[in-house]
Amino acid sequence: MSEPDDVWKVNRERDGEAQRFESNFPENGAVGRAFAPVAGFGVTLRNFFRPTVTEQYPDKKTPAMPRYHGRHQLNRYADGLEKCIGCELCAWACPADAIYVEGDSNTEDAQYSPGERYGRVYQINYLRCIFCGLCIEACPTRALTMTNEYELAGPTREGLIYEKQDLLAPMQDAMLAAPHPMVPDTVDDDYYRGDVTAVVDSQIEWVRERRPDDPTLPENRSTEPAEARRG
Amino acid sequence: MTSTADKATAETVDTVTLTIDGKETTVPKGTLIIRAAEQVGIDIPRFCDHPLLAPAGACRQCLVDVAAPDREGNVRAFPKPQASCTMQAMDGMIVNTQHTSDEAKNAQEGVMELLLINHPLDCPVCDKGGECPLQNQALSHGRSESRFIDVKRVFEKPLPLSSEILLDRERCVLCQRCTRFSKEIAGDAFIDLQNRGAMQQIGTFDEDVLGFDGYEPIGVAAEDESGRAFSSYYSGNTVQICPVGALTSAAYRFRSRPFDLVSSPGISEHDSSGAAIRTDHRRGTILRRLSDNDPVVNEEWITDKDRFAFSWQNLSDRLERPLVRGDDGELHEASWPDAIARAAEGLKAAAGLTGTPADKKAKGVGVLPGGRITMEDAYAYQKFARVALGTNDVDVRTRTASDEEQEFLGSTVAGSGMGVTFADLEKAPTVLLAGFEPEDEGGVVFLRLRKAYGTQRVLTVAPFLSRGAEKLDATLIQAVPGGEAAALASIKGAADAAESLQAEGSVIIVGERLAGSPGALSEALRLAKRTGARLAWIPRRAGERGAVEAGALPGLLPGGRDATAASARDAIAKAWGVDSLPESPGRNAAEIIAAAASGTLSGLVIGGVTPSDLTDDLAAALARTDFVVSLEVRRTDVARYADVVLPVAPPSEKPGTFVNWEGRLRGFATAIRTDAISDHRALDFLGRELGADLKVGTVADVNEQLALLGAAGKSERVKAPSVKAGKARKAAGDELVLASWHLLVDEGALQDGEPYLAGTGRTAVARLSPATAERIGVKDGVVTLTAGGRGTIELPVALTDMADGVVWVPAKSPGSWVAQELGVHPGALVRVKGGI
Repeated sequence: MSEPDDVWKVNRERDGEAQRFESNFPENGAVGRAFAPVAGFGVTLRNFFRPTVTEQYPDKKTPAMPRYHGRHQLNRYADGLEKCIGCELCAWACPADAIYVEGDSNTEDAQYSPGERYGRVYQINYLRCIFCGLCIEACPTRALTMTNEYELAGPTREGLIYEKQDLLAPMQDAMLAAPHPMVPDTVDDDYYRGDVTAVVDSQIEWVRERRPDDPTLPENRSTEPAEARRG
Repeated sequence: MTSTADKATAETVDTVTLTIDGKETTVPKGTLIIRAAEQVGIDIPRFCDHPLLAPAGACRQCLVDVAAPDREGNVRAFPKPQASCTMQAMDGMIVNTQHTSDEAKNAQEGVMELLLINHPLDCPVCDKGGECPLQNQALSHGRSESRFIDVKRVFEKPLPLSSEILLDRERCVLCQRCTRFSKEIAGDAFIDLQNRGAMQQIGTFDEDVLGFDGYEPIGVAAEDESGRAFSSYYSGNTVQICPVGALTSAAYRFRSRPFDLVSSPGISEHDSSGAAIRTDHRRGTILRRLSDNDPVVNEEWITDKDRFAFSWQNLSDRLERPLVRGDDGELHEASWPDAIARAAEGLKAAAGLTGTPADKKAKGVGVLPGGRITMEDAYAYQKFARVALGTNDVDVRTRTASDEEQEFLGSTVAGSGMGVTFADLEKAPTVLLAGFEPEDEGGVVFLRLRKAYGTQRVLTVAPFLSRGAEKLDATLIQAVPGGEAAALASIKGAADAAESLQAEGSVIIVGERLAGSPGALSEALRLAKRTGARLAWIPRRAGERGAVEAGALPGLLPGGRDATAASARDAIAKAWGVDSLPESPGRNAAEIIAAAASGTLSGLVIGGVTPSDLTDDLAAALARTDFVVSLEVRRTDVARYADVVLPVAPPSEKPGTFVNWEGRLRGFATAIRTDAISDHRALDFLGRELGADLKVGTVADVNEQLALLGAAGKSERVKAPSVKAGKARKAAGDELVLASWHLLVDEGALQDGEPYLAGTGRTAVARLSPATAERIGVKDGVVTLTAGGRGTIELPVALTDMADGVVWVPAKSPGSWVAQELGVHPGALVRVKGGI
């Protein structure tokens, strides 16, 4: 007899054992036996009278918890300069290799962030991101934080690689779009300490001279509130 | 012999035995404690210590506890921890590092805390972040807390020492690696420590550049003509050895992080030294190049050109697909098979291989591969010319060249294997340079000669002492270009120079420029014979020596065989499996271009040749030629006249071998994988289409053939040249003899697209002796040079102690493109007028 047959024989013997199994539940009475075929509906009937837990997503959206790890955001200082300095510490910290950054030099004509360095390229690949938040911890300037936005699905791979413009925080009402010079007589440290709290006139003048159509200039700002503009 | 030599060294080297952290070790006498510790695997933190620089003890990070025997032999501890990078090991010494001694550990942590007091800790924006010895050692050997609560010292940053080198003084830990490198290795003592105490800082002695804030410099630096303070050709090495991020390069600033980069070893394509480099690239783009450690060639140093000139290959004019000239007269992109078919068809007609009556009209094809190719490419070009096109008209020497030089190369250089080496240069008691400027034309050759400064005598045959020669403390044997032969002949008998050349191990270095001076190479051979000195030929371009070995010269077959000798031709023909090789003597590069210009060539196959490097009017020659095939990395002026343009790979995108001037094979692998193919592969395709299987499709194929062919036998060799010494032209009236060579950093094609590097180059000046300047009548400090060529050159004058009747201008510096504008080689007469 070959080996597989042995195995089958053993299995058949075991099955025979299993048939001799006795239930621990008590035997039903006569009424119980009569209703047995529809007893399962009892669970259903009971739940008719309980509160529902189903969320009506996407018709009705529920806010996530305050510290929910959602889509990232690249923040700005009060005057609109970017906080990101392109140091790549987030990319370094990322366990999923989801972040790609290229730094570059700020110049007099194009100052994007306080100090010498800014992030020219910033990409997060949401097909890779595991939302662990290590990048947030690594960020030395608080440029990178996470929002509560969780709707990160899409039909294409490319669409799920978010570029810098997709991640940058929306302009607040008093902000002026970069690039523009730093607030006069400040250094990057002043920004890091939070001493810069608003746009100054010389910055507005600078932008007005070079980009008169910039939508963040006071004269070009639409009257509707920022929330509505953001869509 | 080797074993006896080993025995001799083993006997002569005194050793000492010491104990480090309880481990007993025996090292040669004179070994520093820090090195002895390395040998037993004990790591001591350090910043200023560098194996190739003299000990300084500047950073104090390597403090260890030391006990040594006193005069009576009692082992007694030093009262304080000692710097292990300056103290030599002694017999019976007991060293306790931070691993076993709390005192050493405490001392090291204290030093680290002190170094970090003024360090800004701006690691997130610092280029060194991630590969920074300070960052690493602060984590591994420092305390986690600092007691410093005051305001840190602040400097203006960055401070440009040159357009390429930027200094962040606040990051500096004053280890002096950069200043020691500049003084000891490069000889350009342009940066140094300034001020004292808390205000001590690295700087150049140029007040305007530095912005001292009231702290005046003590002295003024010796300026070069550019007035720039830190214009060293080797300045990039200071960035690489800086143990913090104080020195950074403008080209790499803020570009990347080490974890982004893929590092590939390679060989520099910029000069004939074959310096080992490391190419760091990200997503197929080179971001920086570093020096690799190769003790036998470049040690740990490379020139700024090797380091920074790499963007040429990724400029917008990079060719990606073959181009074929259509019926409308314009170049159109084509597929490889189409382009190869079209090129083969045209070359067949031009070489007379169609088998139709039209063949009678065909006048043949010339091949100009240019001097920047690998040995494999050179081999493919010459085999393509000789087998597929049936001609000897192939020459890589798109520069000044002569038949005498070819004889010299065939008899002395080709197939001679490793001759004089870098180590021999360092040990040579006397070095004679002829037609060769080590700093400008040799790259790291200069550093090896400089390493022997003080123990070596350098003689140079030149019109004047260049700055490079001055830094070698060279003795000038003055020669007007064209008169080098006479100058070499004058080194005779018991004359001082001849005597010192007779010392064993002396070396005569001849450069490629000697080819333009009739009889000079013959005279150099005679001098070598007379004095017993060894001879080395150092060309400028990376591919020249390899091309000589591969036989890409009209009169040379692979391995230094004479193309005019029937036995050599038969041997090669047999090896290649062809009936015969072309017998008619080939034309050299200048003759090929002249023939094309006069309509006596029907076709040209042209490699990496830049028209502006040639004295001949290549554009006119190309326009006259019926069919031109160009193999190029970038779309150059040649493409305007080419019928088919085949894109080929730059050195970083292909494997290959450069043969450096020593004769050392410097093979390299592909650094960045792309679709680009090597010249030899493209020629393999072309050869097949022409009905000749060249078997040069891969590097392995070529190297197998070269290995089988080997070097020429005695009977197959070219005879050594014996040309009568020529005379220098006589300057008369406003006609002066032209002297010129390429500066290391200039406007060569491989330095395109790198403005920061270009900014460190030297401003072009015309050098005249004071007497000549007076005779010419220089007005407004400017002279104008004409030579009946295509243009003129106007340059400011620098009065120089040099031969009368000579004018020197750089060969391809901004505003001084000698070959293109004047159309003459050094040694010719040029008309020089004062003023514009």
